[in-house]
Amino acid sequence: MSAAIQTQYDIFLDSKNLLCPMPIIKLSQAIKKIDAGQTILTETTDPGSQYDIAAWSRQTGNELLATEQDGKVFRFLIRKKA
Amino acid sequence: MDAEIQKYIDERVEKRVAEILAQREHAENSRTKRLALVASKGSLDMAYPPLILASTAVSLGWEVGVFFTFYGLDIVNKTKLHKLQVAPIGNPAMPPPISAVPSFQVPNLIGVLPGMTPMATAMMKSWFNRANIPPLQDLIDVTREGGGHLYACTTTMGVMGVNEENLIEGVECRGAAAFLEFAAYADVALFI
Repeated sequence: MSAAIQTQYDIFLDSKNLLCPMPIIKLSQAIKKIDAGQTILTETTDPGSQYDIAAWSRQTGNELLATEQDGKVFRFLIRKKA
Repeated sequence: MDAEIQKYIDERVEKRVAEILAQREHAENSRTKRLALVASKGSLDMAYPPLILASTAVSLGWEVGVFFTFYGLDIVNKTKLHKLQVAPIGNPAMPPPISAVPSFQVPNLIGVLPGMTPMATAMMKSWFNRANIPPLQDLIDVTREGGGHLYACTTTMGVMGVNEENLIEGVECRGAAAFLEFAAYADVALFI
């Protein structure tokens, strides 16, 4: 999964060392810039972001394809909804 | 024969009920949610919670309305937004000034001395800065750009002598009835 999550994405968003609400705000701004079906890979370090990004995905309908943890870094692969 | 008809009816009813429930759940999930907040406090620490919730809610695609009332009005006051302060007095939760020496607690009464409030404010701003927390203005901008409404309480404006020109751009002046009408259809309503 680690290899898959890092190779397939259209844009990368670095939200490391940012606390709530910034990872969510930046993610919602970034997703406006891509087309439906395209993907974002975002990295965070805020432990709350694991649950926040899952909630954001459920609330907005953008699909959370995969998540992984790499030490203190959380990675999320998100696909923009149609 | 009767038993077969009964079984058939039961199956059809069960299937239809499941369909209706699924439709309702889908409608509920796809409906735009609404957040209504009352921001009633004007200290630096208490300005963040409503703005963090508001900016997050617009990022989730929710409708947002924040009613700034009493001291909370300072948050949308052009001249006061950047000067919000936090007072150490009467606040036992205030962390010690030197984080490396947690046992060095300043007696709460010291907070009455001149200069203690600016000092506590500078301290808190430095924590926010270190934690990469954006300035309040940025959270206001995100809320506004996401279609969130910032309502200024007109009663407070009258009491405090605040004019529309004193308020930051895009703030809408409203009374309690107009806000309640907005809040009546809210999924989440909080008083902060």
